[in-house]
Amino acid sequence: MAIGPGYALDFERPLIELEKKIEELKALSSGGTADFSSEIARLEKKARKLQTEIFSDLSRWQVVQLSRHSGRPYFLDYVQLLFTDFFEMCGDRRFAEDPSIVGGFARLDGKPVMLIGHQKGRSTKENMARNFGMPRPEGYRKALRLMELAERFEKPILTFVDTSGAYPGIGAEERGQAEAIAVNLEVMSRLKVPIISTVIGEGGSGGALAIGVGNRVLMLQNSVYSVISPEGCASILFRDSSQAERAADALKLTAKDLLGMKVIDEVIPEPAGGAHRDPPKAAENLGKVLRKQLSELAELSPDELVKDRYDKFRALGVFSGR
Amino acid sequence: MAWFSKKPRISTRQEPAEEQPSRMQGLWAKCESCDEIIYRQELEKNWMVCPHCEHHHPWTARSRLAGLLDPDSFEEFDKELEPQDPLGFSDSKKYKDRLKSTRKALTENDAFISGVGRIEGRQVSVGCFVFEFMGGSMGSVVGEKVTRVFERAHELKCSALIFSASGGARMQEGIFSLMQMAKTSAAIARFRTGNKPYISVLLHPTTGGVAASFAWLGDIILAEPRALIGFAGPRVIEQTIRQKLPEGFQRSEFLLDHGMIDAIVPRKELRAKLGQILGLVG
Repeated sequence: MAIGPGYALDFERPLIELEKKIEELKALSSGGTADFSSEIARLEKKARKLQTEIFSDLSRWQVVQLSRHSGRPYFLDYVQLLFTDFFEMCGDRRFAEDPSIVGGFARLDGKPVMLIGHQKGRSTKENMARNFGMPRPEGYRKALRLMELAERFEKPILTFVDTSGAYPGIGAEERGQAEAIAVNLEVMSRLKVPIISTVIGEGGSGGALAIGVGNRVLMLQNSVYSVISPEGCASILFRDSSQAERAADALKLTAKDLLGMKVIDEVIPEPAGGAHRDPPKAAENLGKVLRKQLSELAELSPDELVKDRYDKFRALGVFSGR
Repeated sequence: MAWFSKKPRISTRQEPAEEQPSRMQGLWAKCESCDEIIYRQELEKNWMVCPHCEHHHPWTARSRLAGLLDPDSFEEFDKELEPQDPLGFSDSKKYKDRLKSTRKALTENDAFISGVGRIEGRQVSVGCFVFEFMGGSMGSVVGEKVTRVFERAHELKCSALIFSASGGARMQEGIFSLMQMAKTSAAIARFRTGNKPYISVLLHPTTGGVAASFAWLGDIILAEPRALIGFAGPRVIEQTIRQKLPEGFQRSEFLLDHGMIDAIVPRKELRAKLGQILGLVG
């Protein structure tokens, strides 16, 4: 499976089939047997209309499916499309290397930054190696090590969230999964460099937040961010994981929802049909927003950055009474 | 009064309070560990610890605070904070209705009680989970109160002490409950610019977003015996790895063995131990 459209989600299928037909006609045309140009033009217009129809009114569950699309650009795709000079740094210096979180220094427009992101795999083999993007404590401790290095070298930190959650396994528990996440939350809140966290796919609970405490929290248009997966929520509250669609609605987990609740700062638009339909365009949109946010944060002193981040999270919560 | 309540076993299953039968109201209780029948008053006098097998039964937050702090030293703060329903959440029941009936049944506004008290004369900014309130889940009110425990400790230049018993984040408050993890952890970072300790006491059970934020950030972490403590619940892990978990997995003793907590302290020794620690560094 490669980056790009790949397999079609149910609601994408009419569009993908139409596009296939257009391609076939184009092939026939170029073979010189007949001229289908007017037919092609008609179908292309129809395809554009269909795309608008499908994507202008996605349900939350459809957005969940898009956020997990295996052709969607992952962290390392954005690294390749947006940054130069990436130097990957491995290991937590305690126990192991965890490839479900990747990190290292790179350049954005020539200027060094620290990049850290969850990394899913596309093939089964890669997914086994990357544990389906579900980190163990070592992944979080590596991320912590790299973020502290970035602070020492006074480089901004850009994190990219894309995980269904921290891995629930025996070894992960033995080595302190909860502690690893907790420490990241605390330390990220006091780092004296700019931090921008972008949810690029799935923002799954504490395992996502553990690299998500930023001065700015951004989300790609078709990403989701939630305290629990719709399936998990459904199996606990509705005692039926097939109620995930209903749970997705109840959880209000899309970028649009979170912007409306003022939990995130900005939604990054995706190309028509989703990031997987045009990865370079998705990267371009992401880069534009990252540059703008970075230049805003560059105005703040180290202490102001800490205060800005603290105040942001301090204000989150809805209750009555003083 | 009945000799036995209808459901005499003392259970720690996570059930909404309003659906719980009057299992704790009989004259006698049956220990869930050794099955011995205990005169209820005796159990209560014994800090809800079974006199036969030392099994630690749930101890309500108010009894715990009264039992561990110096007599009449507890002053409650933030009692007036009340939960809202920011998502308009509804499962088998509307979240609003669930809150209403739980608040009425327990006469608590949410799953956390906090304030200032003393232990052996030393001031502490203290908080304790009300596990019976929706499984001690953390929504905005709990997160806010925990945050204020650390802010108050910082202002008063005293130690912070939190007793955690929680299933984790409160799903019904969605992303807001997740964000409480970051908020409370950030408050600890600020508190730690001072020189007073934060003592975290982990009770049965402490999991999910509470374990993965302030509960595991204690300068000193204590646990009651046999408490279930971890990130993922055992059922989730079993479903993921498709094998049975080893006996004692994620229990206090297991965590001590793996270097994840400082000490296991039986309930009866807890006050003295807290006094000792506060004497050393409080």
